[in-house]
Amino acid sequence: MKMDARTVPIVPATPPSRKDGAFEYLTTRKDELIGWARKFSLFPYPFVTACCAMEFMAVSASPYDTDRFGAALPRFSPRQADLLMVVGTVTHKQAPVLLKVYEQMCEPKWVMAFGVCATSGGFYQNYATLLGIDRIIPVDVYVPGCPPRPEMVIDGIMQLQAKIARSSHPIVTQAF
Amino acid sequence: MAATALDTLQQQMVPAAGAALLSHGTLAFTLAPAELVPTVRRLRDEFGFDIFLDVTAVDWPAAALRFEVVHHFYSTAHKARVRLKTRVAEADPTLDSLVGLYGSAAFMERECHDMYGIVFRGNHDLRPILLYEGFVGHPLRKDYPKQREQPLVPYRT
Repeated sequence: MKMDARTVPIVPATPPSRKDGAFEYLTTRKDELIGWARKFSLFPYPFVTACCAMEFMAVSASPYDTDRFGAALPRFSPRQADLLMVVGTVTHKQAPVLLKVYEQMCEPKWVMAFGVCATSGGFYQNYATLLGIDRIIPVDVYVPGCPPRPEMVIDGIMQLQAKIARSSHPIVTQAF
Repeated sequence: MAATALDTLQQQMVPAAGAALLSHGTLAFTLAPAELVPTVRRLRDEFGFDIFLDVTAVDWPAAALRFEVVHHFYSTAHKARVRLKTRVAEADPTLDSLVGLYGSAAFMERECHDMYGIVFRGNHDLRPILLYEGFVGHPLRKDYPKQREQPLVPYRT
């Protein structure tokens, strides 16, 4: 075979490693292992109702990029998601829809109240508005702000990751 | 163009439709409830007011005729607006519907019925459009308690 300067030799990228016993075993706690896996594979379901959606797009897009935290791929079915991001004002008329979406999500699931309206109703206090989604579903992390800065959302995701990492993760089988 | 059309309108409508007031370039008429539909028909057919913009109400709690129902119309030919005000009493907040003249009146009258409880005679679909079934009262009336909620989902305890 004729070799010139442009020919790339086909060789393995790294030489085959020998088993030398240096990294054969890893000891950890089950909850830490599962928490470590779960905290970097958050699949958000954006329940987007109001103007905070613009901030959600900003924090998802490349300059801030929630993909760095493993939370970038929105699932538009609640059955495939494990992080419910409630982005915007929820009215009493829409509360049954939010509750249904939450109940369709499989365990384990977490909820982020994105923006002050989802957190507490914000500046609305009238016949129409639900004063905080925690009146109908449990919330894990609150991100206030009208709208929140992307840094605040990222901080919220990181706090949620810390919460997942330090919580207990009961797994179905007794053997594990 | 708009000014000429409004002048003509004012001259021709004033004897029939009562007092007129030019407010921020919009001609405002105060009508009795019975005059509403004939006046709107004239506005549409003779003066070219082809768009029905809005119907809403104003609540004056102390007044004998408590609700002032306000209609707005726009003429694309004259580029002019007209406002019609009609007073109805709290005991019988009934007014003739405009669905026979403008199809778009149906949804706007439903909203006005939601918020103020005005009953539009002739509009046969006054189901809640912004509110929900089971909502008691009319939230934009002045006597609706500001913080009264009517949740559909029971709160967590």
